[in-house]
Amino acid sequence: MKKYILNIILIALVSNNIFSQTSYFTKSGKIDFFSKTAVENNEASNNQVVSTLKTETGELNFGVLIKSFKFKNALMEEHFNENYMESTKFPKATFKGKITNITAINFGKNGTYTANVTGELMIHGVTKEISTTAQIEVKDKTFNAVSSIIVKPADYNIQIPELVREKIAKDVSIDININYEVYNK
Amino acid sequence: MKKIIILFLLSFVGINILAQDIDDLLNEESTETVNYADATFKSTRIINGQSVMQLHKEHLDLRISHRFGVLSNGISDFFGLDKSSIRIILDYALTDWLTVGIGRSSFDKTYDGSLKFRILRQSSGKSVMPISLSYFTSFEAFTSDFNDLAHTNHTSSRFSYVHQMLVARKFSDNFSLQLSPTLVHRNLVPTVYDMNDLLAVGIGGRYKITKRMSINAEYFYSIRSKRSPVVYHDPLSIGIDIETGGHVFQFMLTNSSVMFDGGFISGQNNDDFFKGDIHLGFNISRIFSFKKQ
Repeated sequence: MKKYILNIILIALVSNNIFSQTSYFTKSGKIDFFSKTAVENNEASNNQVVSTLKTETGELNFGVLIKSFKFKNALMEEHFNENYMESTKFPKATFKGKITNITAINFGKNGTYTANVTGELMIHGVTKEISTTAQIEVKDKTFNAVSSIIVKPADYNIQIPELVREKIAKDVSIDININYEVYNK
Repeated sequence: MKKIIILFLLSFVGINILAQDIDDLLNEESTETVNYADATFKSTRIINGQSVMQLHKEHLDLRISHRFGVLSNGISDFFGLDKSSIRIILDYALTDWLTVGIGRSSFDKTYDGSLKFRILRQSSGKSVMPISLSYFTSFEAFTSDFNDLAHTNHTSSRFSYVHQMLVARKFSDNFSLQLSPTLVHRNLVPTVYDMNDLLAVGIGGRYKITKRMSINAEYFYSIRSKRSPVVYHDPLSIGIDIETGGHVFQFMLTNSSVMFDGGFISGQNNDDFFKGDIHLGFNISRIFSFKKQ
């Protein structure tokens, strides 16, 4: 009996090890966005970004809850949710894509690699194909991925009224910073 | 041994988490967090009366309100625009759950101070609360001369007090409804037949017609002595809110030209809405953030 259980455990451990080498996961990634205009700067950050990465296939996914974006100005946060993102109607934004040059990244060796990422970005219920590059820094068993993309609110059907058009940038820059850890250490 | 089995089981849990779709993970996250219903109303007033909304911490709301004369006077008064009653308010949120306010109204040269406490917040997700609840109280003092000099007046005769529970629910993104049970205590009332303590209940609501515009309506029913020779009219208002970032503009048609809470709820100086004695008016609210960056 004991031997039997031990065998199962061994199998489980082995399978976990295989898994841990190929799958990374975080629930505390960081996404910031900035809208800079001559009149006003708006920024917000979200520290509850969910992301998964399979290093074998390069499959890369992100997700955020719109309500988790925090502004310094609480009224702006209210308007962001209520008037622009309509976060009760569209509670989340996701990215589902792939690192196309995954074989060029050696997750076993420390160093900085450039990853080419393409996939579908869904914001405010609108899905758009995007591609960008990310810097991946491998350090021991963890790694850090940093990327920056530009999003046009107009592309995602986010309406900005004439009156505040001067205050909100046409190009909003989004910074992504994720520390992945091996899921089973 | 037991520990190992637990570890083994935990490893399965780990695999399960990874096998999940990103959407499932987000759904899980949203049930783990408390989702508060924001923006039940666009402003801290529905029209004349208080809404359940609190200002955000360290935000100052400067409000300027006007009510013009009655429309029924027609062109001779330029539909009321020749006359104007004004109220200026400063509200400041010490915390997210406590706002203090001061105000001055031209009617009877009245000063007032108020406190508004948040008690409950409507929420879904990890903790479910069907309604939002705030308590509002104000102290009002008029500084104009006493009308009835035959009556012995004291300084305290100038004072009135308001206690109000604001119970609201945001039923959908567009529709919110509020009930406001109110007690107004006036130290001085117009006749011996008027009660010093007046009970009233307000009902108010808003319907959003666009993202930044809503139609609001508000009515207070009050329980009064039938013996009073004064004919009172309960306040009835309909209005429109236009929000433009830091400003909220409220335009309304109302039968009350008095804008402080004890004044219009007690029916002081209210006109007959259905005879066309309607005042055009507006509130302008400008919010300033004093939050340290």
